[in-house]
This record gives sequence, C-alpha cells and structure tokens, in this order.
Amino acid sequence: MPHLEIVSLSSRYGSEEVLKEVSLAADQGEVLSVIGPSGSGKSTLLRVLIGLTPPSGGEVFIAGERVDYSSRRSLKGLRGKMSIVFQEYNLFQNMTVMRNVTVAPIKIKKRPREQVERQAEALLAKVGMAHKQDAYPEELSGGQQQRVAIARALATNPEILLFDEVTAALDPERVNEVLETIRGLTNEGITMIIVSHEMAFVREVSTRVAMMDEGRLVECGPPAQIFDAPRQSRTREFVSSILRH
Amino acid sequence: MDYTFQFSEVFAELPYLLGGAVVTLEIAFISFWGGAVIGLGGALAKVYGGPALKKTASTYVTALTNTPALVQIFLLYYALPDAGILLGSMTAVLIGLVLNAGAYLTEIIRAGIVSVRPSEMDAGVTLGMSRLQLVRYVMLPHTAKTIYAPLSNFFVWLVLGSSLAALFGVEELTGRAINVSTANLRSIETFAVVAVIYVVLTVMASASLALAGRLMFRVRAKVF
Amino acid sequence: MLDTVMQQAPAFFNPHNLVFILQAMGRTLGMTIVGCTTGFVLGMAIAVLRGSRSVLLLPLRLVAIGYVEVFRRIPFLVILFIVLFVIEPLLPGTSLLGIATISVCLLSTAFLSEIIRAGLESVPGRQIDGAHALNFNALQTLVMVTLPQSWKVILPPAAAFVVMFVKDTSLASQLGVIELTFAGKMLVNRGFSPLLGFGAILVCYFILSYPLSRAAARLEKRLAAS
Ligand SMILES: Nc1ncnc2c1ncn2[C@@H]1O[C@H](COP(=O)(O)OP(=O)(O)O)[C@@H](O)[C@H]1O
Ligand SMILES: [Mg+2]
Repeated sequence: MPHLEIVSLSSRYGSEEVLKEVSLAADQGEVLSVIGPSGSGKSTLLRVLIGLTPPSGGEVFIAGERVDYSSRRSLKGLRGKMSIVFQEYNLFQNMTVMRNVTVAPIKIKKRPREQVERQAEALLAKVGMAHKQDAYPEELSGGQQQRVAIARALATNPEILLFDEVTAALDPERVNEVLETIRGLTNEGITMIIVSHEMAFVREVSTRVAMMDEGRLVECGPPAQIFDAPRQSRTREFVSSILRH
Repeated sequence: MDYTFQFSEVFAELPYLLGGAVVTLEIAFISFWGGAVIGLGGALAKVYGGPALKKTASTYVTALTNTPALVQIFLLYYALPDAGILLGSMTAVLIGLVLNAGAYLTEIIRAGIVSVRPSEMDAGVTLGMSRLQLVRYVMLPHTAKTIYAPLSNFFVWLVLGSSLAALFGVEELTGRAINVSTANLRSIETFAVVAVIYVVLTVMASASLALAGRLMFRVRAKVF
Repeated sequence: MLDTVMQQAPAFFNPHNLVFILQAMGRTLGMTIVGCTTGFVLGMAIAVLRGSRSVLLLPLRLVAIGYVEVFRRIPFLVILFIVLFVIEPLLPGTSLLGIATISVCLLSTAFLSEIIRAGLESVPGRQIDGAHALNFNALQTLVMVTLPQSWKVILPPAAAFVVMFVKDTSLASQLGVIELTFAGKMLVNRGFSPLLGFGAILVCYFILSYPLSRAAARLEKRLAAS
C-alpha cells in the first residue's frame, strides 16, 4: 500500500479548472519530484494536498486512510502528518527563528517546551542555522530564512513533507545551501514531494519524477526515463528546453 | 517699536499651566482609549462584517472624518439641549473627541488587519493552528506591530487636537493659557511658554511611546 | 426640535443666507488653497535645504529643523494666538483673514516639508551618487532624478494632509474670520436652531472634503499598485 495515494484529484479557481484528475502515489520514504512549466498546477497540487485550497473532485489517502478535506478534524489530523515549505518561506516576521520553529509543537501539539526546544536546536543545527536562533526573519538572507522554514516544517515531525519551489526566490549562490539541506533529509524515511526547476538536483535525489502540464499529469517515471527517454513529446520538449539553459 | 519681554508673571503661573497640561493629557487619554474601543469594533465590522455592518461602519467613518470635530462638538453642545439633553462642556468635548478618534482609529486598525500577509496565515494553517490560534499568534502580533507607529502619531495628534476644548471653556492647557493671558496681559510670553509646554509634552509622549514600541514590538519609531 | 427645524427651514434657506454661506465656504476653500500652495512651495524649499550638505547653509538648516519640529508640536489654536499677538503690534491693520492665512501657512509648511522630505529621502542614495558621477549639479539632480521618483511617495500623504487641513481651518473662526464655522455661529446667533445652523455647516464641510478624500484614497491605491 502506498504511503500517499492521490486519485483523480481536481481543483478549480472560480470556473477555471487548474488541476485535472491527477493521480499519483508515493511509497513510504520515497522522493517524488514534480516538474512542469509555470502555471501547470504544481503549487495548486501541493496546496490541495495540505488543505489550503479545496479539491473539486478526487480523493487522497494517507496510509490507506481517506482524507476528508471538508472536515476540520480530518484536516487537523492531516496537518499533524504533513508539512509544507513554501517558495516565499512564509516565516512569521514577528517571531524569532527559535519561536518560529517551536510555536506549533508547543502551542498546537502541546508538547513540553524543553523537549521541543532541544529538538529545535538539533534541527536548526542540522540546517546550519543554530547560530541564528535569536535572530528575526528580516535579519536573515533568503537562503537562511528558507532553511529555518525547513526546520519549522520538520519540527512537527511530519511523515510527508512538501516542498514548493523552495529555491526559486533565492539568489543563485544561495540555492545550493538549501538543496544541500534537503538532500540531507532524503534518507530519513520521510515521504517527500518536491516541486523544483533544479533539474540536476531532481535527477539526483528523486526516486520518481512526475511531469505536469496545463493541470494534467503528463508522465511519471524514474528520473532516467523522464530525463533520458521521455515517453511523451511534451515531456521531451520541456526537459530539453530546461536543460539547454 | 520696543517691547520688553517679561516672563516673570508667566512663570509665576507655571504650576497652574502645568495643571492644565495634566488635564490635556487626560482628555487625550480618554479620547484615545474610548476611540480605540470604537475603532476596533469599526475595523472588525469593516473587514469581517456583513453588508449592513460594513455599510454602517463606513458611513460613520466617512461622516466623521470629512467634517471638523469643532463643528461636531458645537452641534452636540448647542443642539442637544433643544432635545432636552444638556451636556457639560467637558462631556460634550469628550464625546466629540471619542467619536472622532473612533472614526480615525477604525481606519488605522483596519489597515493593520488587512496588512497581515496571507502567506503567513497559510503557514499558520499548515502548521495546524486553529482559528483562535491564528488570531493569537499570527494576526494580533502582526497587526499590533503595524499599527503601533500610526497609533502613537494619532495620540500626539489628540494631545494637540484636545486644545479645541478651550473654546468650550474647559480649563486644559490652552484654556488656562487664555485665562492667564487675559489676567496678566502678557499674551505673547504666555503663549510662548505654553507652546514650549506642548512641545515638551508631545516629545515626551512620542519618546516614551517609541521606547515602549521598541521594547514590545521591535518597532523602529522615529521621535523626530 | 425637528419641528423647529421644519418651521425655520424656509427662512434659513433664503437666498441671502445661501449667499452668505457660500461666501464663507469660499473663504474656507481660499484659506485651504493658499495654505496648501504656500505650504507646498515653502515646504519643498525647506525639505531641499534640509537635504543639502553644505556647511554654509548649516545655520539656516538648524533654523528650518527647529521651525518644523516646533510647529508640528503646537496646537493650531496656539499658533493662531501667537501669530495674532505678534502681528498685531508689528503690522497694525492686518486683517483677521490675513492673520489666519499666515497661521495656516505656518502650519502647512511645517507638515508638508516633513512629507516632502520623507519622499525625497525615499530615493536610493546610489542613484544620487550616480547623478553626481554624471556631473549633475544639486538642482539638476533634484529635478531630473529625485523629484520624478519621489512624487509617488509624496502625493498620497500630502493629499491626506490637505483633507485634514480643510477641517483645521475651522479653528480660524476663533479669530472672527467669517469662514464656514464662524458663519454657522452667526446664523445660530441670529436665532436659527443650532441643529439647522451647524448641521448645514457640517454638510458644507462634507461637500468640500468628501471629493478630496475620495481622490486622496484613489490616488493612494493607484500609486501603491504601480
Ligand atoms: N489564487 C488563485 N486564483 C486564481 N487562479 C489561480 C490562483 N492561483 C493559481 N491560479 C491559476 O492556476 C493555474 C495553476 O497555478 P499554479 O498551481 O500556481 O502553477 P505552478 O505552481 O505550476 O506554476 C495558473 O493558471 C494560475 O494562473
Ligand atoms: Mg508554483
């Protein structure tokens, strides 16, 4: 049984359908990357998965259990297992780095403060941000903020972690430090869905790659298939256009 | 022409004038907090209210911010007795200033609420925060930080604006200045001293508010 | 109370009164226009002066800073009294409207110079350096680099200030200038009900202020979007 199973998932903004019957599955610990041109619905897919945008059809199962996106309790349970890191970091500007990481575990999961803070210190060390735990987001570079956002997502002990173009807003020299951080997480048994335009990185860390275009899933397969022998002409076009740059 | 300045007669009245400064601060305080309560309600109505509530709140704001407080208070003070409601001058001034402050603060607080970044709310939601927790940990701190500087400026504005109370015979700082200058006939000196008191008063208010803001919200408010 | 209003309405809205109110409205508008225009010109001068780094201008700059900081921290009513008491012996025969106008200009110059200064300072320093590197003099830099970029920052708060300013002029009634507020007092003194007299005056202020504040809000939205 797959850890995360997406069946025929659709979503719309107003009357415009931007996610069209997408089906995907990921096993426990798998790293599934999603690529595709901008506007193809990648962010929408992740937003629907974590319940920020309501689905208009289809189903999602976690470890065989169906997620009910209309029920608050089900959503709460979902977000206990799933975390997301956004393109624009979305750190709370009014809280220190430490507080950003600890606020959810302490206030929402009601875990003991000391234990959470010890874990947070370890997580911040892991993403290389231990020395900045008392800084405020505005005092950090984009790459540093993004690493804190990753630590914040990890602090809720997620089984599934979503990344939405987490390096897209960064200066080129900051990209690697964040990718390095994600790479370090790939062997910890967390199921990951990574939306990214960093093809070399995607190819290296993914167990499988999904290609999306205009709200549809075009093709899904191992990195070698997608990058070296795509079955669909749309995938070939997209991959070659990106790799040429 | 030669005119010799004589401040001694004014300095003799300094305790009386400083007493007036206290009254000025009291008026500003009451107007501010009364207005803040109305302003919070008005802002919530404008952001989250149904159509009727929204309309009511914006009519209130539009009506009060587009007319002078002075004339509004004239109306309260002179027209209400015809309806059998006799207001003391201090009461009329306070009601007028509170209603005015409420209108301006509605706008300030509303701007603070809508400035909360949707992305931060998203982050809160995905971390599993309930609606109340979102308000407590994301919205309130952000709003408070954003509106702190405009609120401090508005308080200073109220300290200055409260001087219109003098026109109704309230003995706050300006009112007492008028009393002193009619008694000693040293008008320029009296009003010069009073001007200095206002400057000191508002600088002190700005400075302490800026300090408090820096400690509480890390707001870098400028005194000058 | 309302029946008094109904009963007095025909007498109140006679042509004579309406002309009287319109004239008063003109004076309120006149003080606003003169005050804000003067304030803008002098405020600009002060803002530029404060931005200059010349040592020669230092004393002038200190005077300007002192003036701006002090006049933004005194109630308009107190400014009015001080101007009255200073001008009366110095320039006897100055009209009350003249004294009120001087006060109004002193107030608006102080506030507008701060708004303009904030606008000028919003232009990044490296662009100024760039202009100097191209051998622009101070005036050329101001006209060709700083001003074209800073008006977006200046206009919204300046417009909001004008809206506040219309209402501030009501205090000039204290001197006996027959602007809107004083006109209201006179009408009430002539025996019209306060509800009718001051109510009509409030409506007049609203007519002056509302289009202005709408324009200011629209301007702010437009400039924030671009
Ligand atoms: N909040 C929104 N309201 C309306 N349309 C939206 C919104 N967000 C995204 N869209 C539209 O949905 C489509 C998919 O967007 P998105 O999922 O962000 O694509 P991607 O992340 O692949 O670039 C696009 O056509 C975009 O214009
Ligand atoms: Mg996207």
